[in-house]
Amino acid sequence: MSETKSPLVWRAIKGFAMFWWDFLVGDTPELFIAALVVVGLVALCRIVWQLNTLALVALPVLCVLALGVSLDRARRVLRKK
Amino acid sequence: MIATTVSSGVMVLVVAVFLVSCVEMVEALTIVLAVGHTRGWRSSFEGVGAALAALVVLVALFGPALVRVPLATLHLFIGVILLIFGMQWLRKAILRSSGLKEKNDEDVRYRSTVALLADSTPATGRDSVAFVVAFKGVFLEGLEVVIAVITLGTSAHRLGLASVVAAIAVILVGAVGALVSKQLSKVPENAMKMGVGILLTSYGTFWTGEGLKVRWPGGDVWLLMFVGIYVVVTLVFIVSLRRSDAAVLEVTP
Repeated sequence: MSETKSPLVWRAIKGFAMFWWDFLVGDTPELFIAALVVVGLVALCRIVWQLNTLALVALPVLCVLALGVSLDRARRVLRKK
Repeated sequence: MIATTVSSGVMVLVVAVFLVSCVEMVEALTIVLAVGHTRGWRSSFEGVGAALAALVVLVALFGPALVRVPLATLHLFIGVILLIFGMQWLRKAILRSSGLKEKNDEDVRYRSTVALLADSTPATGRDSVAFVVAFKGVFLEGLEVVIAVITLGTSAHRLGLASVVAAIAVILVGAVGALVSKQLSKVPENAMKMGVGILLTSYGTFWTGEGLKVRWPGGDVWLLMFVGIYVVVTLVFIVSLRRSDAAVLEVTP
């Protein structure tokens, strides 16, 4: 009984993990990494250095930069094709 | 002031949830229509029903659980997810608008699903192929709606409102889709996707900041400011990508 159930459970866990991997990373790993870097830098500004204004400005600026980098990467990849 | 800030936040929430739900449901409906026309409607509707039931269970399980998470942690977690999700949508929409990537065509999606289903032998009784394809289409697209509803709804403490808006969008797309049937390609999907990308990125930026204890002078008004900033940034990116592409074409003989 458990032999038939365990692969199904495993498949469900694997499917769930794969969904989140595709959803958050997918073909844009640079955006995933950039989001973590943004969080790290803004946390440094706000929580460690207590600089609210810098954190407030850095957050959208870093997001725009991340988007720009990702678009540039996509442009180069698409042109090669 | 309070009324203004509350209404601006609610307005962005309603528009974001509505657009996400519409875009995802157009994609799901295209698959369901292709399955229904090719393999019959009974098993397709069963697949749709099972997918909707599974989605309702997910909302019932994870919605209330998320409300119990500490607010700062919830804002940061949801903010980062929305930021990644929003930037992914925005990136795709910008690449399509600048002409670097082909626009998403529901006609192509419809034809490829029909071709895929036509290759397999039709079943005599219950059609498991039709059931599975319809289930997967509705479940996967619906899952993105659920994530948007739960993340946006819980972070703004308006899970009920977000659910109602999503339900209205789903019913609206379903009704319009049933009437126009194969003309879903007329839906301006890229423009809607761009709007969603801008709204989700704005929400993501705002909630990530909230999670990291950034103080926003003026509160929720910053949400609208972010929407404005990202609209301008999106247009600048589209124009610059179009120009650089045109420059390459001029140089290349």
